[in-house]
Amino acid sequence: MNNGQIILEIKNLHAGIEGKKILKGLNLTIKAGEVHAIMGPNGSGKSTLSAVLAGKSEYEVIEGEVIYMGKNLLEMAPEERAKEGVFLAFQYPVEIPGVNCAYFLKSALNEVRKYRGLSELDAIEFLNLAKEKMKLLELPEDFLKRSVNEGFSGGEKKKNEIFQMIILEPTLAILDETDSGLDIDALRIVSEGINQMRKPDKAQLVITHYQRLLNYIVPDFVHVLANGQIIKSGGKELALELEEHGYDWLTNGKG
Amino acid sequence: MSDKNDIIESLVKKEYKYGFYTDVETETVPPGLNEDIIRLISHKKQEPEWLLEWRLKAYHQWITMKIPTWAKVKYQPIDFQSIVYYAAPKTRKAGPKSLEEVDPKLLETYEKLGIPLKEQERLAGVAVDAVFDSVSVATTFKEKLAEKGIIFCAFSEAVREYPELVKKYLGSVVPYTDNFYAALNTAVFSDGSFCYIPKGVRCPMELSTYFRINASSTGQFERTLIIADEGAYVSYLEGCTAPMRDENQLHAAVVELVALENAEIKYSTVQNWYPGDELGRGGIYNFVTKRGICKGKNSKISWTQVETGSAITWKYPSVILQGDNSIGEFYSVAVTNNYQQADTGTKMIHIGKNTRSTIVSKGISAGHGQNSYRGLVKVAKSAINARNFSQCDSLLIGNKCGAHTFPYIEVRTPTANVEHEATTSKIGEDQIFYCNQRGVSTQDAINMIVNGFCKEVFRELPMEFAVEAQKLLGVSLEGSVG
Ligand SMILES: Nc1ncnc2c1ncn2[C@@H]1O[C@H](COP(=O)(O)OP(=O)(O)O)[C@@H](O)[C@H]1O
Ligand SMILES: [Mg+2]
Repeated sequence: MNNGQIILEIKNLHAGIEGKKILKGLNLTIKAGEVHAIMGPNGSGKSTLSAVLAGKSEYEVIEGEVIYMGKNLLEMAPEERAKEGVFLAFQYPVEIPGVNCAYFLKSALNEVRKYRGLSELDAIEFLNLAKEKMKLLELPEDFLKRSVNEGFSGGEKKKNEIFQMIILEPTLAILDETDSGLDIDALRIVSEGINQMRKPDKAQLVITHYQRLLNYIVPDFVHVLANGQIIKSGGKELALELEEHGYDWLTNGKG
Repeated sequence: MSDKNDIIESLVKKEYKYGFYTDVETETVPPGLNEDIIRLISHKKQEPEWLLEWRLKAYHQWITMKIPTWAKVKYQPIDFQSIVYYAAPKTRKAGPKSLEEVDPKLLETYEKLGIPLKEQERLAGVAVDAVFDSVSVATTFKEKLAEKGIIFCAFSEAVREYPELVKKYLGSVVPYTDNFYAALNTAVFSDGSFCYIPKGVRCPMELSTYFRINASSTGQFERTLIIADEGAYVSYLEGCTAPMRDENQLHAAVVELVALENAEIKYSTVQNWYPGDELGRGGIYNFVTKRGICKGKNSKISWTQVETGSAITWKYPSVILQGDNSIGEFYSVAVTNNYQQADTGTKMIHIGKNTRSTIVSKGISAGHGQNSYRGLVKVAKSAINARNFSQCDSLLIGNKCGAHTFPYIEVRTPTANVEHEATTSKIGEDQIFYCNQRGVSTQDAINMIVNGFCKEVFRELPMEFAVEAQKLLGVSLEGSVG
């Protein structure tokens, strides 16, 4: 795959939940090597977009299509999408008591590897890989033995998401407000992790409410989501304008 | 999407793997229970007079007793006069002496169940006693065990060959007056396993009994008695299955364990009786009395159970901690899916000084399943410095199931320390989606979460059994989230 190949193409996407329409004709194209940021006020549908892309069953697609790597994404089961290389770093990662991080991530990695025709890693191979990547995120020694997200601080939960992303090496990473709840040190560490995955054959969709994250992760494109549509797109300077003027600047008069 | 359809399909097609029926010629007695039937059973087994008398006493006690109704389970009244109390595969001789004499069809049945009885094929380290309907059909590795003085045989054989031992301990832990089903079992029990480990002997292999109900309209009433003499050790495994039928069948067993000074008995069960279909039709009523006594100082009895089968489970493996410093343990996983009901737990009766008990109960409810933990921790005045720790966790899958906890604590000495912890959690859609998003299928996600939940219990099981139990749990919960 080379720079410029289309990874994700969203065409006229209408989607909602429990009869409530949230996305109302969203269009977005992401090519290999690109980092796109989606910004928008609370409740504008950012998490809805990430949930629809990941295949959460409560969400209903009313109209439109989503093509991922030339395939109809919306037809795939969530785990199939994951194995095809779509990764979602959750805004609110759930706790899974009793299942430790090592076991969980090793199962996930081997599912993905099997799907890609690679050999499964055994426990030792996995541990070597995991320990190396843990250093990068400054995760504590006992991290792998702890239950997934159980009793984690907000920062640890977000680090865990990025840790999983780095191990699973997705083609398209969707990061839903990964910066929220992070102190400045954690923000720096997490951003470094994300930047490390910035590669010519991969793409990132970074969802955020604040401009702050984009000082660390410099996007190629910034889109403003409001009222279920992308109402403005631009380069990284758009984020700064938003910071200065607020979302009202764009949404005023649009209802 | 496609995955959901798979799960729904697997739910519809979900089959109980052991639901087949073996066509063997069976010898039965007429249905119903009265003195004549008991005499007939006793006669067929060529029992001594004392045993018949004991049975008859139990019968007379039983007819005065009422069905216990305190458990949180619902079912149609059982017609005890329509049950066949004795069924045995016909053999040319009474009691096969060796495997060569066992009906090949029976050997085949056990092969199908994954329990090859031919010794050379058997996984090293496990001796098996196989009970088919009412009788023991084969016991493996007998000679090897005999070299160490270990007795492991069919109950009826023990009555003939070791009457003194049987007489001394039978009913000493569970008297027939104990409860309705124990009295019934005493009156009509047909066979089971007997095991005696002599002083100072560590049993070199796992001992195992495999129970199979085959004939229809019959009840199974087996009796197990295990004695570990001073300083002895034994690990014992019990497994069970039954064919699929629309009717409910009764299984009312009694298990008695006796641990003398410094002895240890580890008793593990993987209970997989037919649970009934997804609408709750058929299935085994598993009404079992299991109790051990730590008679001597420093003795230990440990119950581990994985209960995945049966329409109804009513069972409380208990320990009487009589010897000073003795230890009782109960580790349990109980799964109820579809319309299964389980009311299970334990009783820890502390009598000796410094006695300790541990209770770890994990209840998993899915579908319309109802799961109750019921446990009693009783500390007598004499049990100075007794300690108990209980942990009861419930896991719910879906919205239509239920989990209930009934802990009873009676403490008569201020020196005792009793702790109880309980939690209830739910496998949520969000947890499953999180796993899906990482490439893990829904079924694997449930298995992963459930196995994590049961970890503390599974690690008490012997290795091969633990693997089996994990798989079984997976099958039991198939289609529980759709
Ligand atoms: N389960 C739900 N049922 C009904 N409305 C919902 C549900 N989840 C989210 N919404 C609504 O959808 C809209 C978009 O939510 P969301 O995508 O989470 O926004 P964002 O991530 O941009 O803050 C909000 O108005 C929110 O209240
Ligand atoms: Mg959001």
